[in-house]
Amino acid sequence: MPTMSAAPTLATEPLDEPVFVTAPERDTATRLRHAIADLRASLALWRLGTTLAWTDIKGRYRGSILGPFWVTASTAVMIAALGILYAALFGQSLTDYLPFLTLSLVLWGYLSTVTTEACSCFSGAESAIRARRTPFLLLVGRIVLRNVIVLGHNVLVVVVVFALFGVHPGLTALWCLPGLVLWLLDSIAITVLLGTLGARFRDIPPIVGSLLQIAFFISPVIWKPELIPHAKTWMRFNPFYSLLDVIREPLLDHAVPPVVWGLACVYSALLCLGAAALFLRVRCRLAYWV
Amino acid sequence: MTASNGPLIDVDRLHVSFPLYHGSARSLRRTMADGVSGRLGLDPRRRVVVEALRDVSFRLRAGDRLGLVGGNGAGKTTLLRALAGIYEPVDGTVHVRGRLDALLDANSGMSTGMTGRENINLRCLHAGLTPRQSRAVQDDVQDFADLGSFIDMPVRTYSAGMSVRLGFALTTAINPQVLLMDEWFMAGDSAFLHKAQKRLEAMVQAADILVLSTHQLTIIESWCSEVIWLDQGRIRMHGAPQEVLAAYRGEAPVVTEPA
Repeated sequence: MPTMSAAPTLATEPLDEPVFVTAPERDTATRLRHAIADLRASLALWRLGTTLAWTDIKGRYRGSILGPFWVTASTAVMIAALGILYAALFGQSLTDYLPFLTLSLVLWGYLSTVTTEACSCFSGAESAIRARRTPFLLLVGRIVLRNVIVLGHNVLVVVVVFALFGVHPGLTALWCLPGLVLWLLDSIAITVLLGTLGARFRDIPPIVGSLLQIAFFISPVIWKPELIPHAKTWMRFNPFYSLLDVIREPLLDHAVPPVVWGLACVYSALLCLGAAALFLRVRCRLAYWV
Repeated sequence: MTASNGPLIDVDRLHVSFPLYHGSARSLRRTMADGVSGRLGLDPRRRVVVEALRDVSFRLRAGDRLGLVGGNGAGKTTLLRALAGIYEPVDGTVHVRGRLDALLDANSGMSTGMTGRENINLRCLHAGLTPRQSRAVQDDVQDFADLGSFIDMPVRTYSAGMSVRLGFALTTAINPQVLLMDEWFMAGDSAFLHKAQKRLEAMVQAADILVLSTHQLTIIESWCSEVIWLDQGRIRMHGAPQEVLAAYRGEAPVVTEPA
């Protein structure tokens, strides 16, 4: 049969023939195998994932002059305004307070955006999911990655503020690296968890939004935990506190107590287990829900 | 390429049902009792579900061209989505071998906030093409869709015609071994249709397996080697086109066909 010139014949290059079998999942072993297949397919498409993340960022700031550096600029303005006001309110010196506030706000900004965007991770990708077979963890990677990129832009503000106020954390700062790894795992877990719940229950985004707002005020983000020393013990039940501290403290040249690390790991483990259990259970239903 | 390791589709007792989460189970159960619809049921956990596909089995080998006919809501699109691996079965299995592409809706997964070029690039990455192949697709799509400088504008700024042209050019630029097509693909304005027809035919001929769902029976007659008639999610009839279409025409409401 002569091939018409209207369509290019890419098939002339040898390509392996992918195979897939879809069948109901009746036991955990099958679920696990399918979830691992999803993970492997996602990793194989890493170039698509990174391109999606960058394209999202570029799309968000298309036609603007500063581009992604708008995030940097708005963070800088917010920190300058809040810093001067709250240093006065809490009666603290600007030199002491501003580096703390900068780091806190940048970290919180990442955390709250990942959590918010996690809710629409799958429901927002409805057309892609229903158009062709797409591994779900790829969509998770896209959300996490694009927020890491935004965080990268915000780190500039931290660097500038630290330089201005002469904060040199030295080698202690390296202790934030395990904290960053923990955050990365948690970001993936929270995106899987909330993305799945958000696909099934449309009430999740507003609930998460209001909970985050409460969490912002009751967690030591803009205020230092030292302000209420007698409450330090029960404040540790707030997972955000420990998780913020494993990155924030080393960068401010403070040692992180083992109990804080322990709690951060426990909270993360619970989150990851919950996310994994949910994903195993409902991965095959996600396409029906979005 | 021998039949034993070439592309294939093997569907065995496929069962797909959609849970209804947002309706009231009580009133739906009453509806069932009234016999208004025979396709609502309760799953083992007593949730109300729509039985979209029931006990569907068939097997396609390289060279097979299957047409799907049936009224609206007969399960044609759901079957295509199940074949594409999007909907995973509630029961039974779907086994597909070969590079597969599905042309299921006009946007076919394009992001309207992204530019035409970005969408092309993303599709090529999804298909796992090498950079060289991607460039070939890029040129080919630009050439066919004829978007001019709009290629670097967000897709949401396109006219309906431009976005159909892009979607069509994009999905037809990557030749799959197994091609699944829904009927929207036959739509389009007449000037475009002529240009599209040739490209589509070339693609259909290049594919090893074709599954096509449409109300335009003449297209099925000219393209398909076998036909499945879906009715209420079940296979009503499966056989040679003349046979099945004759029976289908005898029963189905008259469908206006293009001359």
